[in-house]
Amino acid sequence: MLHQLSWKVGGQQGEGIESTGEIFATAMNRLGYHLYGYRHFSSRIKGGHTNNKITVRPTEVRSIADDLDILVAFDQETIDVNYKELTPKSIILADAKFNPVAPEDCVAPLFAVGFTEIAAELGTSLMKNMVAIGATAALLNLKEEVFQNVVTEIFGRKGEEVVAKNMEAIQLGRVAIAEQIGERVGDWELAPADGKRRMFMIGNDAVAFGALAAGARFMAAYPITPASEIMEFMIKKLPLVGGAVIQTEDEIAAATMAIGANYGGVRSFTASAGPGLSLMMEAIGLSGMTEQPLVIFDTQRGGPSTGLPTKQEQSDLMAMVYGTHGEIPKVIIAPSTMEEAFYDTIQAFNIAEELQLPVIVLTDLQLALGKQSVDPFDYSKVEIRRGKIVTPEETDAKDYFKRYEVTEDGISPRVLPGVKGGIHHVTGVEHNEQGKPSEATGNRRDQMDKRFRKLNSLRFDNPVHVNAPHEEADVLLVGFNSTRGAIEEVQEVLNAEGIKTNHAHVRLVFPFPAEEMSALVDKAKKVIVVENNATGQLSNIMKMAIGGHAKTTNILKYDGTPFLPRELTNLVKEKI
Amino acid sequence: MATFKDFRNDVKPNWCPGCGDFSVQAAIQRAAANVGYEPNELAVVSGIGCSGRISGYINSYGFHGIHGRALPIAQGLKMANRDLKVIASGGDGDGFAIGMGHTIHAIRRNIDITYVVMDNQIYGLTKGQTSPRSAAGFVTKSTPGGAIEPSLKPLEVALTAGATFVAQGFSTEIKELTALIEAGLNHKGFSFINVFSPCVTYNKVNTYDWFKENLTKVADIEGYDSSNREQAMQAVMQSEGLLTGIIYQDTETTSYQEKVSGYSEIPLTDIDISLTEEQFDKLTKEFM
Repeated sequence: MLHQLSWKVGGQQGEGIESTGEIFATAMNRLGYHLYGYRHFSSRIKGGHTNNKITVRPTEVRSIADDLDILVAFDQETIDVNYKELTPKSIILADAKFNPVAPEDCVAPLFAVGFTEIAAELGTSLMKNMVAIGATAALLNLKEEVFQNVVTEIFGRKGEEVVAKNMEAIQLGRVAIAEQIGERVGDWELAPADGKRRMFMIGNDAVAFGALAAGARFMAAYPITPASEIMEFMIKKLPLVGGAVIQTEDEIAAATMAIGANYGGVRSFTASAGPGLSLMMEAIGLSGMTEQPLVIFDTQRGGPSTGLPTKQEQSDLMAMVYGTHGEIPKVIIAPSTMEEAFYDTIQAFNIAEELQLPVIVLTDLQLALGKQSVDPFDYSKVEIRRGKIVTPEETDAKDYFKRYEVTEDGISPRVLPGVKGGIHHVTGVEHNEQGKPSEATGNRRDQMDKRFRKLNSLRFDNPVHVNAPHEEADVLLVGFNSTRGAIEEVQEVLNAEGIKTNHAHVRLVFPFPAEEMSALVDKAKKVIVVENNATGQLSNIMKMAIGGHAKTTNILKYDGTPFLPRELTNLVKEKI
Repeated sequence: MATFKDFRNDVKPNWCPGCGDFSVQAAIQRAAANVGYEPNELAVVSGIGCSGRISGYINSYGFHGIHGRALPIAQGLKMANRDLKVIASGGDGDGFAIGMGHTIHAIRRNIDITYVVMDNQIYGLTKGQTSPRSAAGFVTKSTPGGAIEPSLKPLEVALTAGATFVAQGFSTEIKELTALIEAGLNHKGFSFINVFSPCVTYNKVNTYDWFKENLTKVADIEGYDSSNREQAMQAVMQSEGLLTGIIYQDTETTSYQEKVSGYSEIPLTDIDISLTEEQFDKLTKEFM
């Protein structure tokens, strides 16, 4: 019995590869398995190789597996592109239709199954995906019933007959492979799962759910990969709670509209990726200068320019920290798990309103689109804190309200437009306490200092996720966002081999948690910062904040693919 | 009830003496009072440029944003608080150059706000460069040989973009302008009002006298029907845009807010933003 199964389905984009993976994964999730999915896709609607790799375990799974146990291929390219991930214990299930051939150095056996032919005999070749799932089920010794609910949910509205046909396709797929491999049926059976119900979602779902729970009721956004799912979720859900989404003409409108709505007093946000964030920079500066709350999600993808729009990268960090002209206080949060993505989003909205500044929630493509099983979020942990908002009863200002009052903590009570006695001016021009333009030198200093002083009130629990079992470590591995799972697996391997390894995953990227990180760096002989970018952006921020230049090195990957555990283990060993 | 004096504050505008923007400011203040607003019920959102300063000169909530982005800020504000009266304003550079994309889409979107453009056909604050509204041949610091590009036609653009309210005024005709802004404020949807607001310092061609000689009131055109879009387009084209009055108004089409499904009838600022445990559990189950 296996304790981990790595399954991949591949073919041409637009051929239903997505739904094949989706149906298989959903069924496994409902059995209580833990899953981690990662899609390879291209920036086009139809055509081009796409695949969906799903790692399944009865216990927690934190990253994409190195190897592949089962490869389901709908075209030759899928075999050619992916066969190197196979081991002698693996198997290729390929559609007989394209006369599949295993490359000479392929170590795994190939079985051609009539996915398309069987489906066509049942009435439509569209069901070839279900035949492939049936073949997979045979290898895993899964009963058809496992898929019944999922198939009913997907095809139920098309009638009972369609459901029955699809179930029959699964059954015939099972029979077809069994005829070929005989007693190897069931060889890929997984150890039983706990049967617990978990959510199965992408990071974009987690942050969108978080935004909804945080009370965000307005979103303005422009479509972009890999952020669009956030907007699509909000478009479905906001109308149910009275809110609205506007798909804007560009990202500048998205950010400024969100600022306008936040100024109005409703929690509002936008979500985009690198190119969109570049366009939003002036607006982010406006939010900082006018002290209007603003939450922005940046789902990082491969840059620069259009770059690698559908590939993993973590190269927006410096742009987010230093991107605006002039100087403003801002907060940048980088969740690394589904749970953090959800809860950190709620924190982002709280911080944005409490400190009246822009908060950027940085994710990356692997986290944004990777689909994972996750335990239900805890309703009782959702806390909404809106900061200092003056109620109509609390103000009777006859003159302009001091919206930018210089206070000890730098936070000036906010009044929402509409309130009598709250009239004030807001401007991106340097201004006095009433918001009226002022270039006086003393006022400039006071307002600048006041704005930055707000950061002293920042409350963010556990700005660094730490797993540091060693008081004196041989190596400290550092990362942010989705590299967490791979680094955790590397840490386990190295510790088992006697290399004392600590791990720090930076969750609050800016202001940089210097104190927490210094303590960890001090305890390590060597510091290796693992990043999906070419210039070591996190390590540079780290060095600026806490030094440690001599012992800090990088492992950088910027070919568009995520780190895999074994690959990373080897790279780390080379550095030690 | 508030009078136009209640919309005045103590800030002295930094506009040049004789600038057309003074009258636009006065017209907005009078119109706001005439339609019965209280100062706290109004928000004026403006862009950057001489005219962009207007939000600081009116006793109301004011938001002076970034160049070209008054409209998205104003639309976001209106979406947040649908009870608030929102006026966006700025110059021709703000609305027709850097912010043109927003102008067209705000017109299409038809959110219930009023947009007043102070059109002086020149970049004043940056000290005299050509604007998209400058006529071909117009000599400025940036077009020493005369502007090569033809002047943009805002009324035609607005009509083409599907505007439900298009008006044009002239700053010295303050009574007419006030009435136009009032009509815009009362319009249920996006109201676009272009105002000729001469720059006395840098535009020596399109002067007060020039406009007086060249402008025609639509009221003086026999049989003019402002609900007829084709006629409006024809009149605008024939006059090369030198018309004042309500050029076009569509009172049938409902505003964006009325069309958004599920959008709260009370301002979003007033709704309870917490999810109930039941709503939370339902969402959770959808992912299972």
